Amino acid sequence: MKWGVLQFPGSCDERDALNACQIAATALGSEGGSGSLPRLVWHEETDLSDVDGIVVPGGFSYGDYLRAGAIARFSPAMTAVAEFAAAGGPVLGICNGFQVLCESGLLPGALLTNEKTRFICRQGELIVGEAQSPFLSGYEAGQRISIPFKHQSGRFFAPADLLEEIESNNQVAFRYAPGQNPNGSLNDIAGVTNEAGNVIGLMPHPEHAVEAFAGSTDGLALFQGPAIAATGAVA
Amino acid sequence: MIQARVLIRPKEGILDAQGKAVEGALPALGFSGIEHVRIGRIVELEADSTDQLEELCEKLLANPLIEDYEIETVSG
Repeated sequence: MKWGVLQFPGSCDERDALNACQIAATALGSEGGSGSLPRLVWHEETDLSDVDGIVVPGGFSYGDYLRAGAIARFSPAMTAVAEFAAAGGPVLGICNGFQVLCESGLLPGALLTNEKTRFICRQGELIVGEAQSPFLSGYEAGQRISIPFKHQSGRFFAPADLLEEIESNNQVAFRYAPGQNPNGSLNDIAGVTNEAGNVIGLMPHPEHAVEAFAGSTDGLALFQGPAIAATGAVA
Repeated sequence: MIQARVLIRPKEGILDAQGKAVEGALPALGFSGIEHVRIGRIVELEADSTDQLEELCEKLLANPLIEDYEIETVSG
């Protein structure tokens, strides 16, 4: 499976995301030569026909002026990503990428400035949710994973009726482990999926937890998920 | 050209972290009796007409899930 990793002016986690995609493919034995090497997708690109999955990475796209993710949403690449997602293609948004997907309407809700306004940067734990998504096929619902939290605008918010819909549709992909909600997110929500499950976003950073030297490899399964779902491969 | 001013504020009931931080700093600065500080923003712009302003606010200037906006036409 070949990943495309978006790159906006102001992205900063795209290289780690690219690395994570590469390690995931190699671990599943599906690297299959240069044809399936992940590649960066510049924000002006509109042809995604050569990739099987998209990562919208973290950073500060277009300086995050106005609101985080608000301007990136209008980039040519995001129009292509919306079409890709509508056709059922797997799309993963991390941190700023999650904000961009929410601003685009591809995921429900919004991300607000952390309750305490501080930038958070530390390792933390998540609980895998009940959402039905190919991205979660390498995890068990209820599994506890350890990955870095690194953001200033990560407080998940949805109006009461939308929140109820997200919960009743089982669209919660990850929650902060009890007592570890770092930002005031409603219902401890750290990540959600769209209704179909092929689009997922989360504030914490799985791409920084794919190699042993980083202290955890719990993020790797997220990048392997769609390939596992498609082929039945075992992580 | 029409001069317009768009006033954007956090929706009622949403915790405004910036406003809270400012409010929290007031006693240390010697201000008392000030509460419910909320911080929004003003966007000033010039436009050929007001036709598209509503759409501009809905799509870009404000996020209707979390923010309310008001459009004031200054002149024209």
